[in-house]
Amino acid sequence: MSRNPPSTLNHETAHWLVQARGVVKSFGEGETRIPVLKGVDLHVGRGEVLLLVGPSGSGKTTLLSVIAGILESDEGEVRILGESILELSASEKTKFRLDHLGFIFQQYHLLPTLTAVENAAVPLLIRGVAKHDALAQAEKVLGSMGMGARLAALPTRLSGGEQQRVAIARALVSDPQLLLCDEPTANLDGETGHRIVQQLHDIGKQHDRGVIIVTHDTRIFEFGDRIVHMEDGRVDQIQEGQETPV
Amino acid sequence: MNYVALKMLFGDRPKYLMLLAGLTFSTMLIVQQGSIFWGLMTWSQSGITNVNAPVWVTDSNINQVEEIKPLADTTVNVVRSVSGVEWAVPLYKGVQRARLRDGNYEQIALVGIESSTLIGRPGKVLDGNIEELRSPDAVAIDQLGVERLGGPENIHLGTTFEINDHRVRVVAIVQTQKSFQNFPFVYTTYERALGVTPEERRKLSYVLASPVSGVSPEELARRIHEQTGLGAFTEDQFGWKTIRWILQNTGIGVNFGTTVLLGFIVGMAISGQTFYLFTVENLPQFGALKAIGASTGMLARMILLQSFTVGSIGYGVGVGLATLFGLTAAGGGRLPFKETWPLLVGVAVALLLICAVSSVISIRKLAKLEPAIVFRG
Repeated sequence: MSRNPPSTLNHETAHWLVQARGVVKSFGEGETRIPVLKGVDLHVGRGEVLLLVGPSGSGKTTLLSVIAGILESDEGEVRILGESILELSASEKTKFRLDHLGFIFQQYHLLPTLTAVENAAVPLLIRGVAKHDALAQAEKVLGSMGMGARLAALPTRLSGGEQQRVAIARALVSDPQLLLCDEPTANLDGETGHRIVQQLHDIGKQHDRGVIIVTHDTRIFEFGDRIVHMEDGRVDQIQEGQETPV
Repeated sequence: MNYVALKMLFGDRPKYLMLLAGLTFSTMLIVQQGSIFWGLMTWSQSGITNVNAPVWVTDSNINQVEEIKPLADTTVNVVRSVSGVEWAVPLYKGVQRARLRDGNYEQIALVGIESSTLIGRPGKVLDGNIEELRSPDAVAIDQLGVERLGGPENIHLGTTFEINDHRVRVVAIVQTQKSFQNFPFVYTTYERALGVTPEERRKLSYVLASPVSGVSPEELARRIHEQTGLGAFTEDQFGWKTIRWILQNTGIGVNFGTTVLLGFIVGMAISGQTFYLFTVENLPQFGALKAIGASTGMLARMILLQSFTVGSIGYGVGVGLATLFGLTAAGGGRLPFKETWPLLVGVAVALLLICAVSSVISIRKLAKLEPAIVFRG
């Protein structure tokens, strides 16, 4: 049923993109302190699509934020690509995210005044890539996702599925090794959601990337190599999916 | 990311236009009111600038140029006796009544200049010959006088009218700077001015003086004051003394200052609030940018670029509109309007301040923004 993680965190375990151990996180202080993560262990391998599921308030999104280096854990250790994310300074974390992580949000968070191709190019523009080169690269990624005809469309002119594909293109344009997806199908109809997750799955497999998907959507469980069930701030169960990671 | 910042700014058309309108209005109001204020101050000095003399000598308790404190005729010679004086001439200045041929009366500012040198005459003659002031009954009248006394068809070279029942004849039309009181200027010789004005023991209004080569007007004014006890001022000193008196003794400074302050506050309030709203409404997008890897410094630079871009455009449009007002509504000297570079620099600084404060409010919000908000649905 469940895969055993290594007993210690190890820089040399290059197979693991994400190594989280004993992650504890609480919000608030004193009597209002609410523990959200209560010692979570999690590992994600290269080419693995991991689904993080569980009821609302179980700590999925908080864990995703800690892995992304957006939230600081109170205890525990998180290594991404062998780098201890908790030891990085704020600016180093920002650069680390830019260089190695891709984000896909439930609400897409596309910039409404930018066209599809400009939105997809944003990570490259943040990196300081020249506008012409960034747009060319974004156009290529969008084209590979079947969005070649919608490059100049503003987000308001795109369907939910198209917006999510632009968001995926934005996440992929700088060729990250780990994709962090927060409820990517929550606002999509079943067929579109299925197609989007299929694309995420293929992206993970083809390029040896790790993909973590936080979801409530049981219809996409078939795409997970492992399905990690969280309950009350802990990993409750790890279930093998239909495919095994590399 | 400059490209992204500018697209965010220009793409949100309603907020961009609101910001632009606020900053444009603010700039226009400050420039327009500032220019009218300075125009009024310029008019207030016209009694000095129209005469164009390096040093003005008068009673030591004088407050401003229109406050005439008559001097004894001997004062001219007293001034001439001071070392460093190249020349010193008398000047008559006073408000008199002109009676037109149709029987109407008009207040005029009569200026009597020394007949042999005509020192104190206006700089520009529009028609006629100022030298003819030496001929009997001759006066020169300014463009406002022509307008006030009946227009060019009634007032032209050769036209006669009366000053205090003394017939005078127009021999020249001259151009002058309008006065604060808005009275037309009528020039004649000093001797004729004394003749057409009511009898008084003392009629000498000012002594105009010039320093010899190597002595500055400031130095000459200082010497005259020290040696004679009279009030002696350079053109600049007398101009500023007049401005200070007006600011201290009228509500003009407070009125214009209040309007300018209002323009500043309105600009600050509109742009600050709109910019803040602009930031708040884009918080999820800014959060996403932070999550993706944009630093707070980068977002701050984006905000500053947006703010100063719209500020520059607002400044340009605002100054343009104020200038247009100056050229149309206030054109031809109808209204006091003087747009000066120090005013434009001051407004630019004020606008920079508005943009900076607006930006700082937004940047503070962004600095505290946790990118984790983007994971909260």
